[in-house]
Amino acid sequence: MERFAELLDRLVLTPSRNGKLRLLTDYFATVPDPDRGFGLAALTGGIGFPAVKPAMLRALVMERVDPVLFGYSYDYVGDLAETVSLIWPAGENEDAEAPALSEVVERLAQASRSDAPAVVARLLDQLSPSGRFAAIKLATGGLRVGVSARLTKQALADFGQVDVQEIEELWHGLWPPYTELFAWLEKRGPKPENAAKAPFRPVMLAHAAEETDFANLKPDEYAAEWKWDGIRVQAVSEGGVRKLYSRTGDDISGAFPDLAEAMDFDAALDGELLVGDPRERTGTFSDLQQRLNRKTVSQKMLRDYPVFMRCYDILAVGAEDTRPLPYTERRELLKDFLSTLAPDRFDLSPTIDFGTWKELDGKRCNPPHPIIEGVMLKRKDSPYLPGRPKGPWFKWKRDPFTVDAVLMYAQRGHGKRSSFYSDYTFGVWAGPEEEPALVPVGKAYFGFTDEELKQIDKYVRDNTVERFGPVRAVRADRNHGLVLEVAFEGLARSTRHKSGIAMRFPRISRLRWDKPAHEADRIETLEALIASSK
Amino acid sequence: MNQQLLRSRPDGLCCPEGGFFIDPVRPVERALITHGHSDHARAGHGSVLATRETLDIMELRYGPGFTGSTQEARFGETININGVEVTFHPAGHVLGSAQVCVEGGGTRIVASGDYKRSRDPTCAPFEPISCDIFITEATFALPVFTHPEASHEIGQLLKSVRQFPERTHIVGAYTLGKAQRVIALLREAGHNEPIYIHGALAKLCDYYESAGVPLGILEPATMEERGAAPPVGSIVVAPPAAIDDRWSRRFADPLACFASGWMRIRQRVRQRGVELPLIISDHADWEELTQTIRETGAGEVWVTHGREEALVRWCELNGIAARPLHIAGYEDETE
Repeated sequence: MERFAELLDRLVLTPSRNGKLRLLTDYFATVPDPDRGFGLAALTGGIGFPAVKPAMLRALVMERVDPVLFGYSYDYVGDLAETVSLIWPAGENEDAEAPALSEVVERLAQASRSDAPAVVARLLDQLSPSGRFAAIKLATGGLRVGVSARLTKQALADFGQVDVQEIEELWHGLWPPYTELFAWLEKRGPKPENAAKAPFRPVMLAHAAEETDFANLKPDEYAAEWKWDGIRVQAVSEGGVRKLYSRTGDDISGAFPDLAEAMDFDAALDGELLVGDPRERTGTFSDLQQRLNRKTVSQKMLRDYPVFMRCYDILAVGAEDTRPLPYTERRELLKDFLSTLAPDRFDLSPTIDFGTWKELDGKRCNPPHPIIEGVMLKRKDSPYLPGRPKGPWFKWKRDPFTVDAVLMYAQRGHGKRSSFYSDYTFGVWAGPEEEPALVPVGKAYFGFTDEELKQIDKYVRDNTVERFGPVRAVRADRNHGLVLEVAFEGLARSTRHKSGIAMRFPRISRLRWDKPAHEADRIETLEALIASSK
Repeated sequence: MNQQLLRSRPDGLCCPEGGFFIDPVRPVERALITHGHSDHARAGHGSVLATRETLDIMELRYGPGFTGSTQEARFGETININGVEVTFHPAGHVLGSAQVCVEGGGTRIVASGDYKRSRDPTCAPFEPISCDIFITEATFALPVFTHPEASHEIGQLLKSVRQFPERTHIVGAYTLGKAQRVIALLREAGHNEPIYIHGALAKLCDYYESAGVPLGILEPATMEERGAAPPVGSIVVAPPAAIDDRWSRRFADPLACFASGWMRIRQRVRQRGVELPLIISDHADWEELTQTIRETGAGEVWVTHGREEALVRWCELNGIAARPLHIAGYEDETE
């Protein structure tokens, strides 16, 4: 358990992706079975213990600690799990070996609602403060260490020197503690066979098209489709098992019972999850966000924000793997297949007629629907390949929106950037013309070069008006301020931001040292943009 | 009991009968100093009574004219000041740190300054002194503060150096005490490579060496003539403020570490932008504080600088009279 606790403690504080990967691969390489397998399950969200609840922890600690001292401590620490893990009185027999992760998992799994408090108390007695914290996080779900299931699988792939798609493909047929998987990754055993029904098939992804690419591409060799702004999903239904997967192979079926109900077929489809009814209207990305990351879905949600799938591709029909077929043939198959499905839940992604790149570019810049974020180019003779092969598929995105905003606050970065003020909050003008005030509209921490970062860092240090821990308020008024050109993909209404606006994917596109602060944009510019995208 | 033997005033603990102050925060005629940290040891007093090491450290920091006159206190040796008996005892906080035992009119009060009970190869260990009134610090006086073994934390640092050999581990540590303790602990753990130190540490590290605390090979982390950086994979020790400031940019992909008792609290770690927290403290944790109060047998406890209310509460629960002393000017270990 202590090794797992140590891993969590380090992961949460390690900002770089490569650093996290190294910590994970080291863990897999040095921790024996079955512990590492349970660690893997915990990191990928594969285990939960519904019998353990935070309220129970509070009750347990109150039996052991003076409530006044607990109150002072909780106020100071600010996190219940952490307070409990630190304040818990050390056990009687400290010399006894602390339980291993696999034992912790086993004891928690066997605990019923009635004996869970005793089981948890005994565990906490036997662990160190760090181990207790990890056990509590494990038991109550949500490790929150900044590591996605995808990154964990990448670490597994690095550890076994295999392609991450191989792991993704196997994943849903494997169970903790994954001993077969580790045996294969360590070249001690055969590759596990995926016996699970309705497995995930690694998704084919596109490269961004650069201006220079088009000289070498022939328009008649490519088909074009709109790029819809939803989330990419894979719907697989096989022998009565229905699964909806995200593009990284996470099973998201539970959040979309309305779509799963309509999956009465035997096939694997690739497409975009969107809100609305394909025959009448397609909702915006913020409509779709109402449905994302939910554990339970209310009837009202299902009624107000129904989801459907706009299909791009077909990967299997019955027992036949259709991925080796060329795009044009898969497309014909898909068209026929979709005609048998519920029209309020599935439709076909339309193709775009074009003769020249210039003509397509014209359509790209004036899409027929606000939920389109560009066009996709697919080589007509290409098979469906996992990953991001260069050549067969391109995405050609609509140009981003830009706004001129004023730098208001700067925060220190992490890791390599910890000595730099590298995270910027920017605002636009609001209020009366003659006496405007800046209102923050977003935060960005990339898009600039290293040289520009140095310049902004110096600017921040030279123009600080107030400090709040790692954050500095920067002088920003009508006559003095740094104007940043910010590029972004879209805007949505938000109640979490003072301005009422949330920006999607904001980044710094240019530093406008030349532009006076009072010439930066006003909030009305952004309001108009929201209105036009409805 | 002579409650008037020591009195707390806004500018420090005062002994009216003996005509002296203990760790005054403003210049006074006669000062008794527990240890060399700048919030306890200030310049400009008429005379200073302290251990040899504390006097030396004050001179290193403030120059030879830091006080009108000095007098050396030896551990265990009683000095009579205007009829009040004063004895210094080791406090285990940093090199030269002392508790001051004051006795007069049948009452014995121990002002313990800053102290810890865990092992420290760079200074004499704390000795519990039985007394009527014990004055304790409260820097980490919450039951959530449990300092692990320092050797375990040093193990974590060395493990990280092996795991990320291409990165320079910069350890933030207070210039007096913590820095030398971290270095000494690294040596104990078998790390024999040169350790690179920030310029602000040089004088004190030299002094520790001269006082008989071996620190191994120390090299300056930065050269004036060029931006030369230590070799890849080195450990650098620097004042806490330097680890995430511009000074650190010259090192290869720096990995910020911070050796402090505050690193027990995750929110503190995140605020400081620390990637590897090392929970190494020169102050007593909750267990040490409460254990020490019991060992002194004091019937009354005065609590100063830190989280007074929690320790006062603990004393109440354990039938010991306690009150907070409100003395301004002592800082947390934070900055």
